[in-house]
Amino acid sequence: MKSLAELAAIRDKMKAQVNIREENTENAIRVVVGMATCGIAAGARPVLNAFVEETAKRNLDNVMVTQTGCIGVCRLEPIVEITLPGEEKVTYVKMTPEKVAKVVADHIVNKKVVTEYTIGAAE
Amino acid sequence: MYRAHILVCGGTGCTSSGSPAIIDELNKELKAQGLEEEVKVVQTGCFGLCALGPIMIVYPEGAFYSRVELSDIPEIVSEHIVKGRIVERLLYSETVTEAGIKSLNETDFYKKQLRVALRNCGVINPENIDEYIGFGGYQALGKVLTEMTPQEVIDVIKESGLRGRGGGGFPTGLKWQFTANAESDQKYVACNADEGDPGAFMDRSVLEGDPHAVIEAMAIAGYAVGASQGYVYIRAEYPIAVQRLQIAIDQAREYGLLGKNIFEKGFDFDIEIRLGAGAFVCGEETALITSIEGNRGEPRPRPPFPAVKGLFGKPTLLNNVETYANITQIILNGPQWFANMGTEKSKGTKVFALGGKIKNTGLVEIPMGTTLREVIYDIGGGIPDGKKFKAAQTGGPSGGCIPADLIDIKIDYDNLLSIGSMMGSGGLIVMDEETCMVDIAKFFLEFTVEESCGKCTPCRVGTKRLLELLEKVTNGNGTLEDIDKMEALCHHIKSSSLCGLGQSAPNPVLSTLKYFRDEYVAHVVDKKCPAGVCKNLVQFKITDKCIGCTLCARNCPVNAISGEVKNMHTIDATKCIKCGVCMDKCKFKAIIKE
Repeated sequence: MKSLAELAAIRDKMKAQVNIREENTENAIRVVVGMATCGIAAGARPVLNAFVEETAKRNLDNVMVTQTGCIGVCRLEPIVEITLPGEEKVTYVKMTPEKVAKVVADHIVNKKVVTEYTIGAAE
Repeated sequence: MYRAHILVCGGTGCTSSGSPAIIDELNKELKAQGLEEEVKVVQTGCFGLCALGPIMIVYPEGAFYSRVELSDIPEIVSEHIVKGRIVERLLYSETVTEAGIKSLNETDFYKKQLRVALRNCGVINPENIDEYIGFGGYQALGKVLTEMTPQEVIDVIKESGLRGRGGGGFPTGLKWQFTANAESDQKYVACNADEGDPGAFMDRSVLEGDPHAVIEAMAIAGYAVGASQGYVYIRAEYPIAVQRLQIAIDQAREYGLLGKNIFEKGFDFDIEIRLGAGAFVCGEETALITSIEGNRGEPRPRPPFPAVKGLFGKPTLLNNVETYANITQIILNGPQWFANMGTEKSKGTKVFALGGKIKNTGLVEIPMGTTLREVIYDIGGGIPDGKKFKAAQTGGPSGGCIPADLIDIKIDYDNLLSIGSMMGSGGLIVMDEETCMVDIAKFFLEFTVEESCGKCTPCRVGTKRLLELLEKVTNGNGTLEDIDKMEALCHHIKSSSLCGLGQSAPNPVLSTLKYFRDEYVAHVVDKKCPAGVCKNLVQFKITDKCIGCTLCARNCPVNAISGEVKNMHTIDATKCIKCGVCMDKCKFKAIIKE
């Protein structure tokens, strides 16, 4: 360890990794992936992991990526619900790891809902 | 990148209830399901709720599972980790609400706590320096070396109002100043991790859960007082703490956070571990220093104080583990932040090991000034089985008891001293109505008699004679004069012993005499033990509620009970060993103890 900068570099790298243990649930942006049998069969796990990777890459430390059981519209799985603090939740359907990058960039970072992926557009 | 972290407590409490096997099983199960790249299992230090171990917490949901068994692991993995369905039956019942789970910090046990010294315990992996750095570790050392002069560091500590957490409560900043002022070619920084009070495990938990916090603080202290070498004196009975501390020291050396020219600021500092063999007296500072030097651990008269003449005759700064654990936070958050917590003369927080007759046995950290009632009833969950609270012992064998009518006392150094107890290092033993106070005093005296090093007569002989008098009382042979004699002897031992061990050894007797003198009188005058603990003073009797079921007679280990079927039985008092089995077995509450 030669300098404070070196120390700061380790801290920042680790911060992204240990951030998951902070309990800031009230102001966090919640990303909930449906992971019941239907969701898993439709490929929800790669979607979940893509969200984890993408938010970490962008150092988004107020995003909580978590899972839930069956959301109820199994034919539209993988389903992902995103809730910004104080706003209505937005439901994305038929998600893929490729779509995740766009949702994170547009919705989570720039607060613009990706309408074409939402349940409203699919129905 | 991991999408979930499973934190499993690896403190001594949970380790003995089987957490290492749980970690192995988790890793095995995650691997079997192909999840080892997605989910990370982390072994942490103590969460505090030792009564519910083994404990684990799963993030990001923050689901807190208690009393986890090996057979629960496949369910946790396939339900929670794979499908996101929290295993409700394993959740700590207090965290379950209709709206889902609530944060652990909102449960009664944690709500009134304030974690400063324990901030990283149960949060980080203590064997990974990167995690410590990720939570702000070594920032304080960096700040001190690059921005502050040694005197500025000392001034910050002084201003914070931090007092020694080992029990005495001496102002830490002053101690640092004295050591800094001493002129010498070589100085030392030492850490007292020789935690010896029965039932106390605060320092062990800090070292097990956050060893780097102590290492970093010792380096800061070294810079402030002008020392280049540190020693941690820790008892060999703490194998996990010793192991993690050694790992942490090795990692800090590897990163150049210990060793030569730290942060290229020309400051050298290194730390070595010295193992103690478990003698209680070695927690006394001069005995500890003598023991580090390789000699028999015996105290010596002060002055000279260690700040002037300590290890190897050189000026030495000696602080307790928990004191060090506060240092980095004071440096980073400023002295005012620390001084805002606590009471007028006792700043900050204090860690207590809750034990005895209390529901949530474990480790708690509270702001100074919290009342004993809050600690016992709100945080501790009260006394089990609906029994009544009788007294609490603080300060272990050197402290005294706090009776039930003083339960609203605000806990700080001066309040506890004013009622004849002391803060001590943080053991807090709760006693219910079935505890005999004379017996408790005897228990602590037995401990000090055993642990007296024998160097000075008042302690070596005085405590022994005191114990004999106590035994006389509990055996039913005591007289009222014996009580007066005990009291006088207590004052002699206190005023003439060489070190803190002897000076404080009579405290348990004095404080029980002060608050529970009637119990002593009952033992010597009525020849009764009101709590029914002292065997020589209790009689088991069968009342006419007995229906002659013969169950007691069949279970009596010494065949002291006789009687015909369907007729009332009797106990032969000469044969009875007062084990109480008959009373436990009787379904008709026909056997009484008086």
